[in-house]
Amino acid sequence: MRQLDTVIIGGGPAGLSAAVRLWEKGIRNLLILEREKQLGGILRQCIHDGFGLTRFGETLSGPEYAQRFISQVEEFDIPYITDTTVIDISVEEDTGKKKVVAASKDGLLEFEAKTVILTMGCRERTRGAISIPGERPAGVYTAGVAQAYINLQNKMVGREVVILGSGDIGMIMARRMTLEGAHVQAVFEVQPYASGLPRNILQCLDDYGIPLYLSHTVTEIRGRERLESVVVSQVDERMQPIKGTEKEYPCDTLILSVGLIPENELSLAAGVELDPRSKGAVVDEHHQTSVPGVFAAGNVLQVHDLVDFVSMEAEELADSVAAYLREDGLTPCGLSVMTDGNVTHTIPQRISGTEDFKLSMRVRRPMKDCRIELVQGGQVVAERRMKKAIPAEMIQIPVKAAKLNEKEDLEVKVVC
Amino acid sequence: MLKEFTCIMCPRGCEVTAEVEGKEVLSVEGNFCPKGREYVLQELTNPMRNISSSVLVRGGELPLASVRLNGLIPKDRIFDVMAEIRKTAVDAPTAIGQVVIENVLGLGCDVVVTKMVGRRE
Repeated sequence: MRQLDTVIIGGGPAGLSAAVRLWEKGIRNLLILEREKQLGGILRQCIHDGFGLTRFGETLSGPEYAQRFISQVEEFDIPYITDTTVIDISVEEDTGKKKVVAASKDGLLEFEAKTVILTMGCRERTRGAISIPGERPAGVYTAGVAQAYINLQNKMVGREVVILGSGDIGMIMARRMTLEGAHVQAVFEVQPYASGLPRNILQCLDDYGIPLYLSHTVTEIRGRERLESVVVSQVDERMQPIKGTEKEYPCDTLILSVGLIPENELSLAAGVELDPRSKGAVVDEHHQTSVPGVFAAGNVLQVHDLVDFVSMEAEELADSVAAYLREDGLTPCGLSVMTDGNVTHTIPQRISGTEDFKLSMRVRRPMKDCRIELVQGGQVVAERRMKKAIPAEMIQIPVKAAKLNEKEDLEVKVVC
Repeated sequence: MLKEFTCIMCPRGCEVTAEVEGKEVLSVEGNFCPKGREYVLQELTNPMRNISSSVLVRGGELPLASVRLNGLIPKDRIFDVMAEIRKTAVDAPTAIGQVVIENVLGLGCDVVVTKMVGRRE
């Protein structure tokens, strides 16, 4: 069996960023495994621009952003295998070695590695996940699937479109389909606020006169072969449809942009503990999971709104993996990061209290003029004042080791 | 009169409040950087946007190569530029940055390829 220092699972932005950084740090016995025919992950179909402003200081489209890293992988000759799906990760109990099994055209491949890097990304919630009643006609797509048809395969998905969910991809597809000649009637969002970024509401909806209805949802799907119409209802504050508010919208296409879920089946196979709040792994400040030597970054860890932060998270992970491989261990992280009801989740969930780290988090609902406080033993160790905080934006707060102690858990709270 | 803007210059998406007299901006507030002021001025006088789409590739390993503009165009010309892009096809292989329409409709920017597409084997 081939012996490796590290196997990277997934050749999207997180996996590529981690690979390049590890190579630069002298970790060369590594391999990227990618299930698609090409590297680049979801960026291959994200042809809109706005990527790279933080990481590269210029605005790029998704394919261009990915190519920056792919070109480095090619230039360094970092080994990768495409068209190959990892089907299992297991950890040998006595040695701690990881066995990675992958299915490829040439049959099953097996690798043994000292470390495994989880960068599998996320997948979309579907109609089944939100249980929309009605018939089951063709014409109901998740936003990412519609994006793949239009941007990769040159297949238009429909002409009269309704969008459910105000996620960024849904809004970006509203613009994309309008530019390709479709008529997008409206975007409906069940929450009383948009789930995507304000700039996308402006440049993808407002610019094209597409209305966004908050506190509305699709309550029935109608059509035998092809979608014929959807019924939309207003919802109350508990997000329950209000009787008598039903309105029918004739359409041939319904696009769902109703959330992303980190894809963690392989993490579970490896015995990695997941956090029900982030739906990704519980990690410490080194991005190490509950299984020593297994690390996670990018959308498999927490759903990001900007790819720049995915790259930076994966690069930090690579620094930790390099340290782990050199010193055979990282500072133990015995302290928990706790949250109050205003915070959806944090990364990391475990800290040492002896090193600098960066906390990523989201707020549960839109808030104005608030202060995010990180408190340890009654002392505020870091804070961020926010004029507005919205769930659509990930918030990152650097924390200095000098302010921390190594005895008490850290609390993250939002004070209004 | 006070007007609210969502700046789209970067993903930060500042909510900018501007005091506006006709097309003159008296003051701006809420912007993190000077681009916010620039954006408000542009939005009041001549809103500009970038657009992305794709063009057909002849003999490529993929049917499409993505494209974007290497500058901004007036918002009300977006559909005119889309019509030009739709008429365009390129031969594989394509390179990032390759110009497929120069100075599109005389608007001062080019349509450029953003994806490498190899030849079909």
